[in-house]
Amino acid sequence: MGKKTKEINWLSRQSIQDKLMKLFIYICLTAGGIIICIPFWWMISTSLKVPGREFIFPPEWIPNPIYWRNYIEGWVGTGTGRGLDFTRWLGNTVFITGFSMIGTIISVSLVAYGFARLRFPGRDMLFILCLITMMIPQQVTMVPIFILFRWMGWLDTFKPLIIPHYFAAGSIGAFYIFLMRQFYLTIPPELTDAAIIDGCGAFGVFSRIMFPLSKPAVGIMAVFSFIFHWNDFMNPLIYLYSYEKYTLALGLRFFQGMFTIRWAQLMAVSLLVLLPCVVLFFVAQKYYIQGIVITGVKG
Amino acid sequence: MMAKVSKRLRREALAGYLFISPWLLGFSIFSAGAIGASAVISFTEWRLFTPAEFIGLTNYRSLFRDPLFWQSLKVTCIYMVTVPLHLVVGLVIALMLNAKIRLMSFFRTLYFLPSVIAGVAVALLWVWVFDSTFGIFNAILMEIGIQGPKWLGDKRWVLPALIIMGLWGLGGPMLIYLAGLQAIPTMLYEAATIDGATRWQKFRYITIPGISPVLFFNLIMGIINTFQVFTTVYIMTGGGPNNASLFYVLYIYKNAFKWLRMGYASALAWILFGIILTFVFMMFRFSKYWVYYGGAK
Repeated sequence: MGKKTKEINWLSRQSIQDKLMKLFIYICLTAGGIIICIPFWWMISTSLKVPGREFIFPPEWIPNPIYWRNYIEGWVGTGTGRGLDFTRWLGNTVFITGFSMIGTIISVSLVAYGFARLRFPGRDMLFILCLITMMIPQQVTMVPIFILFRWMGWLDTFKPLIIPHYFAAGSIGAFYIFLMRQFYLTIPPELTDAAIIDGCGAFGVFSRIMFPLSKPAVGIMAVFSFIFHWNDFMNPLIYLYSYEKYTLALGLRFFQGMFTIRWAQLMAVSLLVLLPCVVLFFVAQKYYIQGIVITGVKG
Repeated sequence: MMAKVSKRLRREALAGYLFISPWLLGFSIFSAGAIGASAVISFTEWRLFTPAEFIGLTNYRSLFRDPLFWQSLKVTCIYMVTVPLHLVVGLVIALMLNAKIRLMSFFRTLYFLPSVIAGVAVALLWVWVFDSTFGIFNAILMEIGIQGPKWLGDKRWVLPALIIMGLWGLGGPMLIYLAGLQAIPTMLYEAATIDGATRWQKFRYITIPGISPVLFFNLIMGIINTFQVFTTVYIMTGGGPNNASLFYVLYIYKNAFKWLRMGYASALAWILFGIILTFVFMMFRFSKYWVYYGGAK
Protein backbone atom coordinates (compact mmCIF):
# COMPACT_ATOMS: atom_id res chain seq x y z
CA MET A 1 0.00 0.00 0.00
CA GLY A 2 2.72 2.44 1.05
CA LYS A 3 4.65 1.63 -2.04
CA LYS A 4 1.73 2.54 -4.26
CA THR A 5 1.23 6.02 -2.74
CA LYS A 6 4.87 6.73 -3.30
CA GLU A 7 4.53 5.85 -6.96
CA ILE A 8 1.53 8.13 -7.42
CA ASN A 9 3.42 10.95 -5.72
CA TRP A 10 6.33 10.42 -8.03
CA LEU A 11 4.06 10.44 -11.06
CA SER A 12 2.35 13.67 -10.10
CA ARG A 13 5.62 15.37 -9.37
CA GLN A 14 6.73 14.32 -12.84
CA SER A 15 3.60 15.80 -14.39
CA ILE A 16 4.02 19.07 -12.49
CA GLN A 17 7.57 19.20 -13.75
CA ASP A 18 6.30 18.64 -17.28
CA LYS A 19 3.75 21.40 -16.95
CA LEU A 20 6.34 23.82 -15.62
CA MET A 21 8.63 22.91 -18.47
CA LYS A 22 5.88 23.61 -20.98
CA LEU A 23 5.11 26.93 -19.38
CA PHE A 24 8.79 27.83 -19.51
CA ILE A 25 8.92 26.90 -23.20
CA TYR A 26 5.84 29.01 -23.92
CA ILE A 27 7.35 32.01 -22.22
CA CYS A 28 10.67 31.66 -24.04
CA LEU A 29 9.07 31.12 -27.44
CA THR A 30 6.73 34.05 -27.01
CA ALA A 31 9.57 36.33 -25.94
CA GLY A 32 11.67 35.20 -28.91
CA GLY A 33 8.67 35.61 -31.20
CA ILE A 34 8.19 39.20 -30.10
CA ILE A 35 11.87 39.93 -30.73
CA ILE A 36 11.58 38.42 -34.21
CA CYS A 37 8.51 40.53 -34.95
CA ILE A 38 10.01 43.85 -33.91
CA PRO A 39 11.99 44.48 -37.15
CA PHE A 40 8.95 43.49 -39.22
CA TRP A 41 6.76 45.78 -37.21
CA TRP A 42 9.30 48.57 -37.54
CA MET A 43 9.32 48.10 -41.30
CA ILE A 44 5.54 48.19 -41.66
CA SER A 45 5.16 51.05 -39.22
CA THR A 46 7.80 53.17 -40.97
CA SER A 47 6.24 52.49 -44.37
CA LEU A 48 2.99 54.08 -43.19
CA LYS A 49 4.43 57.30 -41.81
CA VAL A 50 4.01 60.62 -43.53
CA PRO A 51 7.41 61.31 -45.17
CA GLY A 52 9.45 63.29 -42.70
CA ARG A 53 7.68 61.90 -39.66
CA GLU A 54 10.08 58.95 -39.58
CA PHE A 55 12.59 61.44 -38.17
CA ILE A 56 10.71 62.05 -34.96
CA PHE A 57 12.40 61.36 -31.69
CA PRO A 58 11.51 59.17 -29.85
CA PRO A 59 10.21 56.99 -32.70
CA GLU A 60 6.49 56.39 -33.09
CA TRP A 61 5.50 52.74 -32.83
CA ILE A 62 2.13 53.31 -34.41
CA PRO A 63 2.14 55.91 -37.16
CA ASN A 64 -0.29 58.73 -36.80
CA PRO A 65 -1.68 59.64 -39.26
CA ILE A 66 -1.41 56.56 -41.45
CA TYR A 67 -0.13 57.45 -44.89
CA TRP A 68 -0.71 54.77 -47.53
CA ARG A 69 0.60 56.71 -50.49
CA ASN A 70 4.23 55.83 -49.71
CA TYR A 71 3.65 52.58 -51.56
CA ILE A 72 2.77 54.41 -54.76
CA GLU A 73 5.06 57.40 -54.34
CA GLY A 74 8.03 55.20 -53.49
CA TRP A 75 7.35 52.94 -56.45
CA VAL A 76 7.46 55.79 -58.97
CA GLY A 77 9.98 57.80 -56.95
CA THR A 78 7.98 60.93 -56.19
CA GLY A 79 10.30 63.64 -54.94
CA THR A 80 13.48 61.89 -56.03
CA GLY A 81 14.18 64.22 -58.96
CA ARG A 82 14.84 61.70 -61.63
CA GLY A 83 12.00 59.36 -60.69
CA LEU A 84 12.36 55.63 -60.22
CA ASP A 85 11.23 52.94 -62.60
CA PHE A 86 10.33 50.04 -60.34
CA THR A 87 7.75 48.76 -62.81
CA ARG A 88 10.41 48.18 -65.43
CA TRP A 89 12.81 46.71 -62.85
CA LEU A 90 10.07 44.36 -61.73
CA GLY A 91 9.73 43.21 -65.36
CA ASN A 92 13.49 42.65 -65.61
CA THR A 93 13.56 40.72 -62.34
CA VAL A 94 10.65 38.52 -63.41
CA PHE A 95 12.35 37.84 -66.75
CA ILE A 96 15.71 36.92 -65.22
CA THR A 97 14.16 34.89 -62.42
CA GLY A 98 11.80 33.02 -64.76
CA PHE A 99 14.35 32.01 -67.37
CA SER A 100 16.97 31.12 -64.76
CA MET A 101 14.47 28.89 -63.00
CA ILE A 102 13.57 27.08 -66.23
CA GLY A 103 17.25 26.50 -66.96
CA THR A 104 17.92 25.25 -63.46
CA ILE A 105 15.00 22.83 -63.46
CA ILE A 106 15.80 21.31 -66.87
CA SER A 107 19.54 20.92 -66.41
CA VAL A 108 19.47 19.83 -62.77
CA SER A 109 16.77 17.19 -63.33
CA LEU A 110 18.74 15.61 -66.17
CA VAL A 111 22.07 15.67 -64.37
CA ALA A 112 20.70 14.43 -61.06
CA TYR A 113 18.99 11.53 -62.83
CA GLY A 114 22.30 10.60 -64.44
CA PHE A 115 24.06 10.62 -61.09
CA ALA A 116 21.27 8.78 -59.27
CA ARG A 117 20.34 6.02 -61.66
CA LEU A 118 22.81 5.39 -64.47
CA ARG A 119 26.06 3.51 -64.07
CA PHE A 120 29.12 4.84 -65.84
CA PRO A 121 32.83 4.84 -65.13
CA GLY A 122 33.95 7.73 -62.91
CA ARG A 123 30.46 8.50 -61.70
CA ASP A 124 31.22 8.52 -57.99
CA MET A 125 34.35 10.59 -58.42
CA LEU A 126 32.47 13.15 -60.51
CA PHE A 127 29.74 13.30 -57.91
CA ILE A 128 32.28 14.00 -55.18
CA LEU A 129 33.64 16.81 -57.36
CA CYS A 130 30.11 18.13 -57.59
CA LEU A 131 29.78 18.07 -53.80
CA ILE A 132 33.04 19.94 -53.40
CA THR A 133 31.79 22.59 -55.85
CA MET A 134 28.86 23.09 -53.53
CA MET A 135 31.23 24.49 -50.93
CA ILE A 136 33.12 26.94 -53.11
CA PRO A 137 31.90 30.51 -52.73
CA GLN A 138 30.89 32.22 -55.91
CA GLN A 139 33.41 34.97 -55.27
CA VAL A 140 36.28 32.56 -55.90
CA THR A 141 35.36 32.22 -59.57
CA MET A 142 33.88 35.68 -60.03
CA VAL A 143 36.84 37.32 -61.79
CA PRO A 144 37.55 34.78 -64.58
CA ILE A 145 33.83 34.37 -65.31
CA PHE A 146 33.45 38.13 -65.58
CA ILE A 147 36.40 38.26 -67.97
CA LEU A 148 34.89 35.45 -70.03
CA PHE A 149 31.53 37.22 -70.36
CA ARG A 150 33.25 40.51 -71.13
CA TRP A 151 35.18 38.81 -73.90
CA MET A 152 31.92 37.40 -75.26
CA GLY A 153 30.39 40.89 -75.22
CA TRP A 154 27.69 39.93 -72.74
CA LEU A 155 28.24 42.76 -70.26
CA ASP A 156 25.15 44.83 -69.52
CA THR A 157 22.87 42.07 -70.83
CA PHE A 158 20.79 39.52 -68.94
CA LYS A 159 22.75 36.62 -70.46
CA PRO A 160 25.43 36.27 -67.74
CA LEU A 161 22.64 36.08 -65.18
CA ILE A 162 20.64 33.43 -67.03
CA ILE A 163 22.77 31.24 -69.32
CA PRO A 164 25.03 29.65 -66.63
CA HIS A 165 21.94 28.16 -64.97
CA TYR A 166 21.32 26.05 -68.07
CA PHE A 167 24.56 24.27 -67.16
CA ALA A 168 23.79 23.77 -63.44
CA ALA A 169 26.81 25.98 -62.80
CA GLY A 170 28.51 26.90 -59.57
CA SER A 171 27.77 26.09 -55.96
CA ILE A 172 24.07 26.73 -56.31
CA GLY A 173 23.74 24.34 -59.26
CA ALA A 174 25.68 21.69 -57.36
CA PHE A 175 23.39 22.17 -54.38
CA TYR A 176 20.29 21.54 -56.49
CA ILE A 177 21.89 18.49 -58.14
CA PHE A 178 22.57 17.09 -54.68
CA LEU A 179 18.99 17.76 -53.60
CA MET A 180 17.44 16.17 -56.70
CA ARG A 181 19.73 13.17 -56.59
CA GLN A 182 18.75 12.48 -52.99
CA PHE A 183 15.15 12.57 -54.08
CA TYR A 184 15.63 10.29 -57.09
CA LEU A 185 17.39 7.77 -54.86
CA THR A 186 14.22 7.41 -52.81
CA ILE A 187 12.16 6.29 -55.82
CA PRO A 188 12.06 2.46 -55.74
CA PRO A 189 13.97 0.88 -58.66
CA GLU A 190 11.12 -1.59 -59.25
CA LEU A 191 9.14 1.26 -60.76
CA THR A 192 11.66 1.73 -63.53
CA ASP A 193 12.86 -1.87 -63.91
CA ALA A 194 9.62 -2.92 -65.57
CA ALA A 195 9.88 -0.10 -68.09
CA ILE A 196 13.51 -0.98 -68.86
CA ILE A 197 12.59 -4.64 -69.47
CA ASP A 198 9.89 -3.46 -71.84
CA GLY A 199 12.63 -1.75 -73.82
CA CYS A 200 12.28 1.79 -72.57
CA GLY A 201 15.52 3.76 -72.97
CA ALA A 202 17.18 5.93 -70.36
CA PHE A 203 15.54 9.07 -71.65
CA GLY A 204 12.14 7.40 -71.78
CA VAL A 205 12.50 6.27 -68.17
CA PHE A 206 13.49 9.78 -67.21
CA SER A 207 10.78 11.66 -69.07
CA ARG A 208 7.92 9.23 -68.50
CA ILE A 209 8.57 7.94 -64.99
CA MET A 210 11.24 9.73 -63.00
CA PHE A 211 10.56 13.36 -63.92
CA PRO A 212 6.78 13.16 -63.36
CA LEU A 213 7.40 11.42 -60.03
CA SER A 214 9.82 14.09 -58.89
CA LYS A 215 7.29 16.92 -58.87
CA PRO A 216 7.69 17.57 -55.13
CA ALA A 217 11.46 17.89 -55.50
CA VAL A 218 11.06 20.11 -58.56
CA GLY A 219 8.72 22.23 -56.47
CA ILE A 220 11.35 22.58 -53.78
CA MET A 221 13.96 23.53 -56.33
CA ALA A 222 11.62 26.06 -57.94
CA VAL A 223 10.94 27.72 -54.58
CA PHE A 224 14.61 27.84 -53.62
CA SER A 225 15.76 29.19 -56.95
CA PHE A 226 12.96 31.75 -57.10
CA ILE A 227 14.05 33.18 -53.76
CA PHE A 228 17.70 33.11 -54.79
CA HIS A 229 17.26 34.93 -58.11
CA TRP A 230 14.68 37.34 -56.79
CA ASN A 231 17.04 38.51 -54.06
CA ASP A 232 20.30 38.13 -55.94
CA PHE A 233 22.32 41.29 -55.68
CA MET A 234 25.95 40.55 -56.48
CA ASN A 235 25.49 39.21 -60.00
CA PRO A 236 23.26 42.03 -61.23
CA LEU A 237 25.70 44.44 -59.55
CA ILE A 238 28.60 43.03 -61.55
CA TYR A 239 26.86 42.62 -64.89
CA LEU A 240 24.13 45.27 -65.25
CA TYR A 241 25.04 48.93 -65.69
CA SER A 242 22.22 50.74 -67.45
CA TYR A 243 19.33 52.17 -65.50
CA GLU A 244 16.76 50.43 -67.74
CA LYS A 245 18.31 47.03 -67.14
CA TYR A 246 18.38 47.12 -63.37
CA THR A 247 16.66 44.55 -61.18
CA LEU A 248 14.57 45.37 -58.11
CA ALA A 249 17.51 44.63 -55.82
CA LEU A 250 19.71 47.12 -57.67
CA GLY A 251 16.94 49.69 -57.88
CA LEU A 252 16.41 49.77 -54.13
CA ARG A 253 19.87 51.24 -53.77
CA PHE A 254 18.72 54.50 -55.36
CA PHE A 255 17.08 55.49 -52.12
CA GLN A 256 20.44 55.17 -50.42
CA GLY A 257 22.18 57.56 -52.77
CA MET A 258 20.00 60.47 -51.78
CA PHE A 259 20.93 63.30 -49.49
CA THR A 260 18.40 62.31 -46.86
CA ILE A 261 17.11 58.80 -47.21
CA ARG A 262 13.33 58.70 -47.58
CA TRP A 263 12.87 55.86 -45.15
CA ALA A 264 9.09 55.79 -45.30
CA GLN A 265 9.11 55.28 -49.08
CA LEU A 266 12.09 52.96 -48.93
CA MET A 267 10.43 50.68 -46.38
CA ALA A 268 7.22 50.68 -48.40
CA VAL A 269 9.00 49.62 -51.60
CA SER A 270 11.16 47.11 -49.70
CA LEU A 271 8.00 45.50 -48.38
CA LEU A 272 6.62 45.25 -51.90
CA VAL A 273 9.88 43.67 -53.09
CA LEU A 274 9.85 41.13 -50.25
CA LEU A 275 6.17 40.34 -50.63
CA PRO A 276 6.45 37.65 -53.36
CA CYS A 277 8.98 35.72 -51.26
CA VAL A 278 6.80 35.88 -48.16
CA VAL A 279 3.68 34.85 -50.08
CA LEU A 280 5.60 32.02 -51.75
CA PHE A 281 6.82 30.90 -48.35
CA PHE A 282 3.31 30.65 -46.98
CA VAL A 283 1.96 28.95 -50.09
CA ALA A 284 4.82 26.49 -50.48
CA GLN A 285 5.89 26.15 -46.87
CA LYS A 286 5.65 22.38 -47.02
CA TYR A 287 7.98 22.18 -50.04
CA TYR A 288 10.41 24.65 -48.62
CA ILE A 289 10.77 22.91 -45.29
CA GLN A 290 10.97 19.51 -46.96
CA GLY A 291 13.80 20.77 -49.14
CA ILE A 292 15.86 21.87 -46.18
CA VAL A 293 15.16 18.57 -44.50
CA ILE A 294 16.30 16.53 -47.50
CA THR A 295 19.58 18.40 -47.85
CA GLY A 296 20.36 18.59 -44.17
CA VAL A 297 19.28 15.28 -42.76
CA LYS A 298 19.37 12.68 -45.47
CA GLY A 299 22.74 13.93 -46.66
CA MET B 1 25.11 -13.28 -73.63
CA MET B 2 28.26 -11.58 -72.34
CA ALA B 3 28.48 -9.43 -75.42
CA LYS B 4 24.88 -8.40 -74.96
CA VAL B 5 25.40 -7.43 -71.34
CA SER B 6 28.49 -5.40 -72.08
CA LYS B 7 26.70 -3.70 -74.95
CA ARG B 8 23.91 -2.75 -72.59
CA LEU B 9 26.38 -1.42 -70.05
CA ARG B 10 28.12 0.60 -72.73
CA ARG B 11 24.83 2.10 -73.80
CA GLU B 12 23.98 2.91 -70.21
CA ALA B 13 27.35 4.56 -69.66
CA LEU B 14 26.89 6.62 -72.80
CA ALA B 15 23.43 7.69 -71.65
CA GLY B 16 24.89 8.54 -68.24
CA TYR B 17 27.48 10.86 -69.73
CA LEU B 18 24.84 12.45 -71.93
CA PHE B 19 22.59 13.10 -68.95
CA ILE B 20 25.29 14.73 -66.88
CA SER B 21 26.77 16.59 -69.86
CA PRO B 22 25.18 19.96 -68.98
CA TRP B 23 26.85 19.84 -65.59
CA LEU B 24 30.12 18.49 -67.03
CA LEU B 25 30.23 21.47 -69.37
CA GLY B 26 29.17 23.91 -66.67
CA PHE B 27 31.66 22.45 -64.22
CA SER B 28 34.53 22.57 -66.73
CA ILE B 29 33.86 26.18 -67.63
CA PHE B 30 32.39 27.84 -64.56
CA SER B 31 34.06 25.88 -61.75
CA ALA B 32 37.22 23.96 -62.68
CA GLY B 33 38.07 26.16 -65.67
CA ALA B 34 37.40 29.34 -63.76
CA ILE B 35 39.48 28.26 -60.78
CA GLY B 36 42.32 27.30 -63.10
CA ALA B 37 42.05 30.58 -65.01
CA SER B 38 41.98 32.41 -61.72
CA ALA B 39 45.31 30.79 -60.81
CA VAL B 40 46.84 31.98 -64.08
CA ILE B 41 45.42 35.49 -63.70
CA SER B 42 46.77 35.66 -60.14
CA PHE B 43 50.30 35.63 -61.57
CA THR B 44 49.63 38.73 -63.66
CA GLU B 45 49.21 42.45 -63.26
CA TRP B 46 45.96 43.12 -65.08
CA ARG B 47 44.06 46.39 -64.89
CA LEU B 48 41.39 45.13 -67.30
CA PHE B 49 41.85 47.93 -69.86
CA THR B 50 45.58 47.38 -70.30
CA PRO B 51 47.06 44.05 -71.43
CA ALA B 52 47.90 41.53 -68.73
CA GLU B 53 51.52 41.33 -67.72
CA PHE B 54 53.14 38.28 -66.13
CA ILE B 55 54.65 39.19 -62.76
CA GLY B 56 55.13 35.78 -61.13
CA LEU B 57 54.46 35.62 -57.41
CA THR B 58 54.49 39.38 -56.88
CA ASN B 59 50.76 39.55 -56.12
CA TYR B 60 51.09 36.95 -53.40
CA ARG B 61 54.12 38.66 -51.94
CA SER B 62 52.44 42.05 -51.76
CA LEU B 63 49.34 40.42 -50.39
CA PHE B 64 51.16 39.32 -47.27
CA ARG B 65 52.30 42.89 -46.73
CA ASP B 66 48.85 44.32 -47.39
CA PRO B 67 47.25 45.53 -44.13
CA LEU B 68 43.78 45.42 -45.70
CA PHE B 69 44.23 41.75 -46.56
CA TRP B 70 44.94 40.99 -42.89
CA GLN B 71 42.14 43.28 -41.82
CA SER B 72 39.63 41.45 -44.03
CA LEU B 73 40.81 38.09 -42.71
CA LYS B 74 40.50 39.38 -39.16
CA VAL B 75 36.99 40.70 -39.71
CA THR B 76 35.87 37.44 -41.28
CA CYS B 77 37.40 35.43 -38.45
CA ILE B 78 35.78 37.57 -35.76
CA TYR B 79 32.46 37.20 -37.49
CA MET B 80 32.98 33.46 -37.26
CA VAL B 81 31.79 33.58 -33.65
CA THR B 82 28.37 33.43 -35.29
CA VAL B 83 29.05 29.80 -36.19
CA PRO B 84 29.12 28.38 -32.62
CA LEU B 85 26.54 30.97 -31.59
CA HIS B 86 24.14 29.77 -34.27
CA LEU B 87 24.89 26.15 -33.46
CA VAL B 88 23.95 26.60 -29.81
CA VAL B 89 21.06 29.07 -30.09
CA GLY B 90 19.65 27.23 -33.12
CA LEU B 91 19.71 23.96 -31.19
CA VAL B 92 18.07 25.46 -28.11
CA ILE B 93 15.26 26.96 -30.18
CA ALA B 94 14.84 23.76 -32.14
CA LEU B 95 14.58 21.76 -28.90
CA MET B 96 11.83 24.09 -27.72
CA LEU B 97 10.07 23.97 -31.07
CA ASN B 98 10.17 20.17 -30.88
CA ALA B 99 8.10 20.06 -27.69
CA LYS B 100 4.53 18.88 -28.02
CA ILE B 101 2.61 22.02 -27.19
CA ARG B 102 -0.22 23.92 -28.79
CA LEU B 103 0.40 26.68 -31.34
CA MET B 104 3.62 24.91 -32.30
CA SER B 105 3.19 25.25 -36.06
CA PHE B 106 2.54 28.94 -35.59
CA PHE B 107 5.79 29.35 -33.66
CA ARG B 108 7.72 27.34 -36.20
CA THR B 109 6.51 29.51 -39.06
CA LEU B 110 7.28 32.67 -37.14
CA TYR B 111 10.82 31.62 -36.26
CA PHE B 112 11.50 30.47 -39.75
CA LEU B 113 10.11 33.43 -41.65
CA PRO B 114 13.10 35.82 -41.37
CA SER B 115 15.41 33.34 -43.06
CA VAL B 116 13.20 33.23 -46.16
CA ILE B 117 13.65 36.88 -46.94
CA ALA B 118 17.11 38.13 -47.72
CA GLY B 119 19.06 40.55 -49.79
CA VAL B 120 19.01 44.28 -50.24
CA ALA B 121 15.58 44.96 -48.76
CA VAL B 122 16.48 43.23 -45.50
CA ALA B 123 19.90 44.88 -45.32
CA LEU B 124 18.27 48.29 -45.72
CA LEU B 125 15.71 47.44 -43.06
CA TRP B 126 18.53 46.74 -40.61
CA VAL B 127 20.30 49.97 -41.48
CA TRP B 128 17.13 51.68 -40.37
CA VAL B 129 16.73 49.48 -37.27
CA PHE B 130 20.28 50.34 -36.21
CA ASP B 131 19.98 54.05 -37.01
CA SER B 132 21.58 55.67 -33.99
CA THR B 133 19.05 58.48 -33.54
CA PHE B 134 15.77 57.38 -35.12
CA GLY B 135 16.22 53.59 -35.13
CA ILE B 136 14.16 51.21 -33.08
CA PHE B 137 17.12 49.42 -31.52
CA ASN B 138 18.43 52.38 -29.63
CA ALA B 139 14.89 53.46 -28.80
CA ILE B 140 14.36 50.15 -27.00
CA LEU B 141 17.73 50.43 -25.25
CA MET B 142 16.70 53.91 -24.17
CA GLU B 143 13.54 52.49 -22.59
CA ILE B 144 15.67 50.34 -20.32
CA GLY B 145 18.03 53.19 -19.63
CA ILE B 146 20.95 52.46 -21.89
CA GLN B 147 22.43 55.02 -24.24
CA GLY B 148 22.96 52.94 -27.39
CA PRO B 149 26.13 53.24 -29.47
CA LYS B 150 26.27 54.44 -33.07
CA TRP B 151 26.24 50.77 -34.23
CA LEU B 152 27.04 50.81 -37.96
CA GLY B 153 28.87 54.11 -37.63
CA ASP B 154 31.17 52.96 -34.85
CA LYS B 155 34.12 50.76 -35.66
CA ARG B 156 33.83 48.86 -32.37
CA TRP B 157 30.09 48.21 -32.70
CA VAL B 158 29.68 47.46 -36.39
CA LEU B 159 30.53 43.76 -36.12
CA PRO B 160 28.36 43.17 -33.03
CA ALA B 161 25.52 44.84 -34.94
CA LEU B 162 26.00 42.46 -37.87
CA ILE B 163 26.16 39.49 -35.50
CA ILE B 164 22.88 40.53 -33.86
CA MET B 165 21.32 40.83 -37.27
CA GLY B 166 22.60 37.37 -38.16
CA LEU B 167 20.79 35.87 -35.18
CA TRP B 168 17.53 37.04 -36.65
CA GLY B 169 18.02 34.86 -39.72
CA LEU B 170 18.71 31.70 -37.76
CA GLY B 171 15.80 29.81 -39.29
CA GLY B 172 17.76 27.66 -41.74
CA PRO B 173 20.02 25.83 -39.26
CA MET B 174 17.16 25.71 -36.76
CA LEU B 175 14.93 23.90 -39.19
CA ILE B 176 17.63 21.38 -40.01
CA TYR B 177 18.03 20.64 -36.31
CA LEU B 178 14.30 20.26 -35.98
CA ALA B 179 14.23 17.71 -38.77
CA GLY B 180 17.17 15.91 -37.16
CA LEU B 181 15.41 15.81 -33.81
CA GLN B 182 12.31 14.36 -35.38
CA ALA B 183 14.33 11.66 -37.07
CA ILE B 184 15.44 10.23 -33.69
CA PRO B 185 13.24 7.21 -32.88
CA THR B 186 10.97 7.96 -29.87
CA MET B 187 11.52 4.33 -28.88
CA LEU B 188 14.96 5.27 -27.59
CA TYR B 189 13.55 7.89 -25.23
CA GLU B 190 10.87 5.52 -23.99
CA ALA B 191 13.45 2.85 -23.23
CA ALA B 192 15.61 5.37 -21.41
CA THR B 193 12.64 6.57 -19.34
CA ILE B 194 11.92 2.99 -18.27
CA ASP B 195 15.55 2.66 -17.26
CA GLY B 196 15.16 5.76 -15.12
CA ALA B 197 17.32 8.15 -17.14
CA THR B 198 17.16 11.84 -16.26
CA ARG B 199 16.29 14.57 -18.72
CA TRP B 200 19.94 15.54 -19.01
CA GLN B 201 21.08 11.96 -19.55
CA LYS B 202 18.53 11.53 -22.32
CA PHE B 203 19.75 14.73 -23.94
CA ARG B 204 23.41 13.82 -23.60
CA TYR B 205 23.25 10.17 -24.65
CA ILE B 206 20.36 10.10 -27.12
CA THR B 207 19.71 13.56 -28.53
CA ILE B 208 23.28 14.71 -29.05
CA PRO B 209 24.53 11.54 -30.81
CA GLY B 210 21.26 11.44 -32.76
CA ILE B 211 21.66 14.88 -34.23
CA SER B 212 25.44 14.84 -34.61
CA PRO B 213 25.32 14.46 -38.42
CA VAL B 214 22.99 17.45 -38.57
CA LEU B 215 25.26 19.37 -36.25
CA PHE B 216 28.13 18.58 -38.57
CA PHE B 217 26.18 19.76 -41.60
CA ASN B 218 25.27 23.02 -39.88
CA LEU B 219 28.86 23.54 -38.82
CA ILE B 220 30.21 23.20 -42.36
CA MET B 221 27.49 25.33 -43.91
CA GLY B 222 27.94 27.93 -41.18
CA ILE B 223 31.65 28.28 -41.87
CA ILE B 224 31.13 28.46 -45.61
CA ASN B 225 28.40 31.06 -45.20
CA THR B 226 30.75 33.24 -43.15
CA PHE B 227 33.08 33.33 -46.11
CA GLN B 228 30.25 34.50 -48.37
CA VAL B 229 28.96 37.54 -46.49
CA PHE B 230 28.60 40.15 -49.19
CA THR B 231 25.26 41.82 -49.84
CA THR B 232 24.61 42.82 -46.24
CA VAL B 233 27.96 44.54 -45.73
CA TYR B 234 28.03 46.06 -49.20
CA ILE B 235 24.67 47.71 -48.53
CA MET B 236 24.93 48.37 -44.81
CA THR B 237 28.47 49.63 -44.34
CA GLY B 238 30.43 49.29 -47.58
CA GLY B 239 33.16 47.79 -45.40
CA GLY B 240 33.42 50.78 -43.11
CA PRO B 241 33.79 52.62 -40.88
CA ASN B 242 37.53 52.64 -41.34
CA ASN B 243 37.43 49.08 -42.82
CA ALA B 244 36.06 47.68 -39.56
CA SER B 245 33.59 45.54 -41.51
CA LEU B 246 35.73 44.79 -44.54
CA PHE B 247 34.75 41.17 -45.09
CA TYR B 248 37.02 39.03 -47.20
CA VAL B 249 34.77 38.66 -50.24
CA LEU B 250 33.96 42.35 -50.15
CA TYR B 251 37.68 43.01 -50.41
CA ILE B 252 37.88 40.67 -53.42
CA TYR B 253 34.97 42.52 -54.99
CA LYS B 254 36.52 45.93 -54.38
CA ASN B 255 39.83 44.88 -55.88
CA ALA B 256 38.22 43.40 -58.96
CA PHE B 257 35.40 45.78 -59.75
CA LYS B 258 36.24 49.03 -58.02
CA TRP B 259 39.99 49.20 -58.57
CA LEU B 260 40.02 46.79 -61.55
CA ARG B 261 42.97 44.85 -60.17
CA MET B 262 42.08 41.52 -61.73
CA GLY B 263 45.38 39.83 -60.92
CA TYR B 264 45.39 40.85 -57.28
CA ALA B 265 41.72 39.92 -56.85
CA SER B 266 42.47 36.49 -58.30
CA ALA B 267 45.31 35.97 -55.86
CA LEU B 268 42.90 36.82 -53.03
CA ALA B 269 40.35 34.41 -54.49
CA TRP B 270 42.92 31.64 -54.58
CA ILE B 271 43.84 32.16 -50.96
CA LEU B 272 40.14 31.89 -50.10
CA PHE B 273 39.86 28.73 -52.17
CA GLY B 274 42.77 27.25 -50.23
CA ILE B 275 41.24 28.20 -46.88
CA ILE B 276 37.87 26.66 -47.75
CA LEU B 277 39.43 23.45 -49.05
CA THR B 278 41.48 23.13 -45.86
CA PHE B 279 38.40 23.65 -43.71
CA VAL B 280 36.31 21.16 -45.60
CA PHE B 281 39.10 18.60 -45.56
CA MET B 282 39.64 18.98 -41.81
CA MET B 283 35.96 18.76 -41.09
CA PHE B 284 35.58 15.49 -42.94
CA ARG B 285 38.81 14.16 -41.48
CA PHE B 286 37.76 14.70 -37.90
CA SER B 287 34.05 14.12 -38.26
CA LYS B 288 34.42 10.38 -37.76
CA TYR B 289 35.41 10.94 -34.14
CA TRP B 290 32.21 12.57 -33.12
CA VAL B 291 29.60 12.15 -35.80
CA TYR B 292 27.43 9.12 -35.34
CA TYR B 293 25.59 7.87 -38.41
CA GLY B 294 22.73 5.64 -37.38
CA GLY B 295 22.49 3.92 -40.73
CA ALA B 296 26.22 3.43 -41.27
CA LYS B 297 27.66 -0.08 -41.26
